[in-house]
Amino acid sequence: MQKCELAIVGGGPAGLAAALKAREVGLEEIYLLERDNFLGGQLVKQTHQFFGSHKQFAGIRGIDIAEKFKDKLEDRPEIKALKGAVAQGYYEDDVLGYSYRDKFFKLKPEKTILATGASEKMLSFPNNDLPGIYGAGAVQTLMNQYGIVPGEKILMIGAGNIGLIVAYQLLQAGIEVKAVIEATGRIGGYAVHASKIRRAGIPILTYHTIKEARGNEEVEAVVIQQLDEDWQTVPGTEQEMAVDTICLAVGLTPKVDLAIQANCQMAYVAELGGDVPVRDKNLQTSNPRVYIAGDSAGIEEATAAILEGELAAAGAAADILPEGSAIDRERAEIKEKLADLRRGPVGEHIRRGLTRARRNQNAGRDRYTRSWKS
Amino acid sequence: MRIKDHPILEFKRGEKITFSYNGKKISAYPGETIASALHAAGIRKLTHSQKHQRPRGFFCAIGNCSSCLMVVDGEPNVKTCVVEVQEDMVVEEQQGKGDLSAKV
Repeated sequence: MQKCELAIVGGGPAGLAAALKAREVGLEEIYLLERDNFLGGQLVKQTHQFFGSHKQFAGIRGIDIAEKFKDKLEDRPEIKALKGAVAQGYYEDDVLGYSYRDKFFKLKPEKTILATGASEKMLSFPNNDLPGIYGAGAVQTLMNQYGIVPGEKILMIGAGNIGLIVAYQLLQAGIEVKAVIEATGRIGGYAVHASKIRRAGIPILTYHTIKEARGNEEVEAVVIQQLDEDWQTVPGTEQEMAVDTICLAVGLTPKVDLAIQANCQMAYVAELGGDVPVRDKNLQTSNPRVYIAGDSAGIEEATAAILEGELAAAGAAADILPEGSAIDRERAEIKEKLADLRRGPVGEHIRRGLTRARRNQNAGRDRYTRSWKS
Repeated sequence: MRIKDHPILEFKRGEKITFSYNGKKISAYPGETIASALHAAGIRKLTHSQKHQRPRGFFCAIGNCSSCLMVVDGEPNVKTCVVEVQEDMVVEEQQGKGDLSAKV
């Protein structure tokens, strides 16, 4: 059994930031487990420029942020960053099992930071399992990471930032986007992204939903339908479109498998994307050995994930190291940056979600904790 | 189909390699995943559902959803969306839940 001060699961923005910060504040034995053969997580396919209220990373593309992190990590060879290492389970004696190069290893960290990210949500409609129906992230992976077109004619579902950004990236790759449809009455994404789509002549249809996909072996067409203000389908408004690909940008849900295994108290918070681990202001869970950072505790975006990674690392270090006071000052600074990022109307949604998660107003609906106690 | 010109990205593809899919030769570039190389060759159906035999392709492309499992060099249940394609790899559509005894 290997021992270490800190294990970090996930080499995306939160995990990378956590590893670097942990080393910076003085931790020495740090493992970073990344299941993919590359670091950077979903940053590696984000070709758009980051922006928002925060100064940090504004105007930089996600792919470039990933490179910066990789360079910094190369200067820190004492951080054991294992690529292709898959965390297999968090056991009740706080042992983290992982597989690496066809072997199984056991690691006992004093503290663990889970930064496992999120998975894409699905929609239910007839034939939603046909080949050619992809999550927006999958489309980005195919296009921006491997340079392969997902199809020739695409329907985008969801007019939030991801739907709009990916629709624009499809245009950049020379693919025909038939329309962007959105079930609610308003475009959720930023106006700057929506106007790029409109300028390209692509309709953004609000109050529209997908009725069904059509095709035998793969997607050949899609039927969309109008919704009224009560979200009921309007008969007679069905419209068939010839598309070979349907892209779903209907949100993400935190990947919480390891948090559940680590016995972290969970809560359902719609604003954060579903079931999330309950954390205190330092991002520590009900299992004092476990901190959680980034999308795996609530869907937000990469800048927030980076700051959360740093905050979680500072917390873990404060628990382990004797001289805690300098770290406390650092922690206060990171919290200030996070508050700054989440200020204003754009951050309202996430602020409400985080407050609800902390108060755990849905404790009675926590199906995970209950099942263990029995 | 592979993207040739892109306003932001530059794809540095190395020397072409070949692998086999259900006995057919498919070409790919190093660094591509099995599923993305198949996709570039126009193959989007990777497997089928167990009960109703419905065609399935990948959904997430990052190893979460498990709808891209195939037999690779005799090993079943390989997530082809995250495993890199290699020269002379043998990729086959999987029948049933997969049998490890053939490999071990």
